[in-house]
Amino acid sequence: MGKRRVAIVGAGMTKFVRRAQETGKELAYEAAKMALDSCELTLKDVDCVSLGTAPDAFDGVHMKGEYLSDGAGGWRKPIMRPYVGGGTGVFTAIHGWLQVTSGLFDICLVVAEEKMSSCYPHPAGAFLTIFDHTTEQPLKPNLIWIFALEMRRYMETYGISHRDIALVSVKNKKNAMDHPCAQIPQEITVDDVLNSEVLADPVHLLDISPTSDGAAALVLASEHIAKKITDKPVWLDGVGWNIDTAYWATRDLCYPRYVEKAARMAYEMAGIKEPHKEIQVAEPYDPFDYKELHHMEGLLLCGKGEAPRLTAEGVTARDGNLPICPSGGLLGVGNPIAASGVMKICEIFWQLREEAGKRQVPGKPKVGLAQAWGDLMQVGTVVVMRR
Amino acid sequence: MGITEKINRNIDITSWKGKIPVNYIYTAGIAGEKFFREIKDNAKIVGTKCEKCEVTYVPPKIYCERCFARLENYIDVGTKGTIHTFTILHENLDGTKKEEPTIIAVVKIDGTDGGLIHWLGEIDPKDVKIGMHIKAVFKSKEKREGSILDIKYFKPI
Amino acid sequence: MNNKKLNFKGTALRSSDIKEKKVLTTSWKPSLQYAWDDGVAIGRYLKELKNGKIIARKCKKCGRIMIPPRMFCELCFRPTDEWVYVKDTGIINTFSISYVHWDARRIKEGEKPFIPAVIEIDGASEGMGILHVLGEVDPEDVKSGMRVKAVWKSPEERIGAITDIKYFKPIIER
Ligand SMILES: [Zn+2]
Ligand SMILES: [Zn+2]
Repeated sequence: MGKRRVAIVGAGMTKFVRRAQETGKELAYEAAKMALDSCELTLKDVDCVSLGTAPDAFDGVHMKGEYLSDGAGGWRKPIMRPYVGGGTGVFTAIHGWLQVTSGLFDICLVVAEEKMSSCYPHPAGAFLTIFDHTTEQPLKPNLIWIFALEMRRYMETYGISHRDIALVSVKNKKNAMDHPCAQIPQEITVDDVLNSEVLADPVHLLDISPTSDGAAALVLASEHIAKKITDKPVWLDGVGWNIDTAYWATRDLCYPRYVEKAARMAYEMAGIKEPHKEIQVAEPYDPFDYKELHHMEGLLLCGKGEAPRLTAEGVTARDGNLPICPSGGLLGVGNPIAASGVMKICEIFWQLREEAGKRQVPGKPKVGLAQAWGDLMQVGTVVVMRR
Repeated sequence: MGITEKINRNIDITSWKGKIPVNYIYTAGIAGEKFFREIKDNAKIVGTKCEKCEVTYVPPKIYCERCFARLENYIDVGTKGTIHTFTILHENLDGTKKEEPTIIAVVKIDGTDGGLIHWLGEIDPKDVKIGMHIKAVFKSKEKREGSILDIKYFKPI
Repeated sequence: MNNKKLNFKGTALRSSDIKEKKVLTTSWKPSLQYAWDDGVAIGRYLKELKNGKIIARKCKKCGRIMIPPRMFCELCFRPTDEWVYVKDTGIINTFSISYVHWDARRIKEGEKPFIPAVIEIDGASEGMGILHVLGEVDPEDVKSGMRVKAVWKSPEERIGAITDIKYFKPIIER
């Protein structure tokens, strides 16, 4: 069976907040309903559901997929829950793509939700469980450790300063000021980042995205159906995903090879030969400021160690040549794990349709990209989108 | 060698013991807030109804799971219902024997499509029957805190 | 967003809304306790730690000496072949100075920060590191590339755990 072309025809999301009153189901419903309304479809039109949500330990609901299913529009429908940790959001869209491109279904509702505030006193406690129970957990690691270890390795390998990296946080939090759903839009300076509380050197408080509650959703449709639904479909022309060794301490942390592999898969599918020239707007995963740079390099949007220079020169600003995270990213909009990956796809969808309002990047972009990263720290998930 | 290497003596099998140290606070949510407030303040049970699908949800939902309509009208559904199914428990969660058996039932609230799982009280286990008409027995107002346990149990009418 | 007025939902709460019971909540403190089987490779790894030694596994096909040891090589996808003792010294690949506990609690004033590090173990293949912590060193003096050695608990204190190594400390080279 050949591949069928798949389009995104609708998008929706909730506000991202530290603590939502809504239950996880209610958040999922709000995002899913908004996505359906945006393309004037009803639940009846939906053939299948791809539901993404990260560890059950955050919401504190076992079998979260089943728990969320009615809010995600899954009542008496084929529904599946793909899962790759932090990479889940983008992977859920890829999963939806698989369901439609295969010819199995014509319309797929993609929903991602996270309610991290349920976990007390802090979701960091649940993150402990991602480390190896026998060889790592007894050392009482904090999740931030692995980021700090990776960030230092990245800095030392390429001679990058914290100052270079902090620019990402400044840019993204400022971009978020134009996002109506943003949790921590802020106008801050590089010095604010450097002077913020040191959590696990070199990681400071303002280098990190917050923990969040929220949901986001997409409607995917096969080509012939998409053209009937909208005159502005955004095509999911390339998808890629990849995982590196689970023994994270045994590979070089300075470069995300798994992201490169996922990107190459997506680029080949989308016919992208020179990503740094052809990709016009991108939403790489930015749970920490250095991760945006790390991922730009893995996505081949620039050479290894070069992303900080592009950032300093303003290339990645919203009005630069290659706008990166015009939404405000996870650093500014917030990070309800699985939902943040779908938020990134929503942003590229709105950007390519020129519906991003104050966040609109100039130049009528035609090709964009969203990426997420996850599992312990070795999964890359990538989608290439075209107007 | 390798994967064919086996542990041959049981006493050589070892394990590492640990805990997953997580605690939770769940918000009742938008619909849950209405539901539990009514129980707490007024000893009433409310649901939401989708007029189109003619389905009444108890506990209430902010959406109809069938047609995705937004449901905003909360209706008092009374405190009576019927036993849809039940079970009689003789063991505690940890496997120890209960002194007195307890009865758990799925309660269909009258005029709704919703079922609550709850205890039955003031009835001998021998006398419980599917279809039996029952009603909620609430704790006294000062003891209610906005929880499903504010209903002590359901008892036969 | 300009072409349609979008109405984003979501009701933000403050933590005080929960503390002051302005909204209703339920809480749950699960007791999730596990006994994770060590398996063959990690079982031996822990047993050797109890003896004050670090053991790895070798794959003859790719030649890698792997730590933590594993019974199959994930690159060649075949069983590994033999046990190899490696040294209890190594090189700091990368490190952090952490002022937070695992659950995001800050360390107390005057308390020493943790120094987690990825340590490439001597005798294992290049780049084969493990997560551990550093000790007997001023945080300011830690550098990537520094040589370190395991500081073990006394034989009586060792139980067959990764924490039988208290920490790694710098090797003072003359
Ligand atoms: Zn309905
Ligand atoms: Zn091998």
